Amino acid sequence: MQMCFNMSAIKIENLSKKYIIGHQKQERYTALRDVLMHKMRGIGQRLRHPLSPNREEINIEEFWALKDISLKIQQGDRVGIIGRNGAGKSTLLKVLSRITEPTNGKIHLNGRVASLLEVGTGFHPELSGRENIYLNDAILGMGRNEIKRKFDEIVDFSGVEKFLDTPVKRYSSGMYVRLAFAVAAHLEPEILVVDEVLAVGDAQFQKKCLGKMELAGKEERTVLFVSHNMAAVTSLCQRGILLDSGRIEYDGSTSIGIVQYYSDSSGSPSFLYTSQSKMIGDQSAELVSACIENHLGETSAEIDITKSSNITMQYRILSENKSSIAVPNFHFYTSDGVCAFISSPKNLKAYS
Amino acid sequence: MTKITIEAGRSERHYWKDIWRYRELFYFLAWRDILVRYKQTIIGVAWAIIRPLLTMLVFTVVFGKLAKLPSDAGAPYPIMVFAAMQPCSHAAMLPWQFFATAFAEAGNSLLSNSAMISKVYFPRLVIPTSAVIVSFVDFLISFSILVALMIWYQFIPDIRILMLPIFILIAFATSLGAGLWIASLNVRYRDFRYIIPFVVQMGLYISPVGFSSSIVPNQWSLLYSLNPMVGVIDGFRWAIIGGDYQIYWSRFELSLLIMTILLTGGIYYFRKTEKTFADVL
Repeated sequence: MQMCFNMSAIKIENLSKKYIIGHQKQERYTALRDVLMHKMRGIGQRLRHPLSPNREEINIEEFWALKDISLKIQQGDRVGIIGRNGAGKSTLLKVLSRITEPTNGKIHLNGRVASLLEVGTGFHPELSGRENIYLNDAILGMGRNEIKRKFDEIVDFSGVEKFLDTPVKRYSSGMYVRLAFAVAAHLEPEILVVDEVLAVGDAQFQKKCLGKMELAGKEERTVLFVSHNMAAVTSLCQRGILLDSGRIEYDGSTSIGIVQYYSDSSGSPSFLYTSQSKMIGDQSAELVSACIENHLGETSAEIDITKSSNITMQYRILSENKSSIAVPNFHFYTSDGVCAFISSPKNLKAYS
Repeated sequence: MTKITIEAGRSERHYWKDIWRYRELFYFLAWRDILVRYKQTIIGVAWAIIRPLLTMLVFTVVFGKLAKLPSDAGAPYPIMVFAAMQPCSHAAMLPWQFFATAFAEAGNSLLSNSAMISKVYFPRLVIPTSAVIVSFVDFLISFSILVALMIWYQFIPDIRILMLPIFILIAFATSLGAGLWIASLNVRYRDFRYIIPFVVQMGLYISPVGFSSSIVPNQWSLLYSLNPMVGVIDGFRWAIIGGDYQIYWSRFELSLLIMTILLTGGIYYFRKTEKTFADVL
């Protein structure tokens, strides 16, 4: 193992992946008839208008899911990959786990890769839990002896001993997921690639899974983890990579990556409502505009939490009722949608 | 430690090594398909024997008794309902049945395993191949019925029976070759889903299953032997029935050639399209 230290487990050079979209409008798959028809029509058009551009080519649109990605990941690193939907995270994992080929570029991998892009891939609903453990492990690349050796451990981790001989179609969704993750968690590859799979399962089980992945990192395994659960990413990964439309936007510490992710996605720091239909409010008051100002008094999306900042909101009072009182208070939510705290003004001023 | 380089168009290098690494998956996928088939049935695995028995019964009654197609070498066997299962027609039906199921199963195998293909890496060749293996298991079960029949009629095959494994191998290669073609074409052009049952149905009539190759006039010989199953089926009859049954070796050679083209072409085309399976499925 000495030799392996400081060796990069994954080296990616100028990786790009192109998809062709737009030439199949309704159907996901092509029918032979369509191909023949298009070919014929193409030839016909060529004959009639030899100089006009081919209609076919106009219909085809290129889409670069990944563009010029270069990365180096050391062995034993736990790397979180974050980014909005469609940023290319899953494509990157798919290319890494050799499910699809890259269009350009190279990846050097040192060690066996096991990818967990979905829990329970290859599970057959008719088969019992026991049979599915064997099947799933084989699909993920484990040998029969290896499975036999780990069988008890897997069953123990999943906590479904009682239902091992029941077809998994009768499992509750929680049991199903637990069994599936247990199988995958006991793979012992040098490189573990995990897509958003923890979203399922209860909090306790999620914690167990994260613990298992952390352990993998401690055992000098490389972990690549994609998630929208920022708390999980922060606790598991030392390094964060932020992807945006197929490019690396940021590569460095996880916490800074997450801040960047939010500053990217939060949009404008100020807004003004103009159209009647979009107004926020009720019959007594309506929000007209709002903005966030940092300690310098500038409108900004980023604020330093150690300094004071202002939130200015403008309302239009609609109610004729003079006795109504507007009490401004702010509800602060974390990214997960949990209410962190509610502000309330110190000196309540009544407007009348 | 294994070192892997991923690059466009360079998956070749690890491919055959990977097939070896995933060799147990052939077994597991075949095992799954066989296991699933008899889940929630009352008589379970007994179906494995009842199914070929029933088909055989229908075939012999329709072809041997009703249509009265000539069978070769006089096949001197008692003619009762049960006894109507002359090893003669059974010998022809075995390889055909194997080919037909293997072809259909392999052709649809990639589609029915699409969830796996888009989420996990393994050499895709494993999927259609294990579909053929499943059909091969069925074939072996039917074959043991044939052996039982031969014992029942105290039929002693001559030395040619030793050639049978070669014909079985050819049957396997033909089924795999055709299966690979249809499987990879089916991923891209779903039309082939409808072509499969048609081919199976037509194939039954143009292959010497219900009739003997000797009734095909010589001027049609070339066209007739383009069907690779002709050589296989004739070979089976020749090896099992023995006696005066003669094989047309020129036809057999042609079938062998077609089989080779089918298989190598099938593997080549499959490997070529395989990279895009996950994107197209």
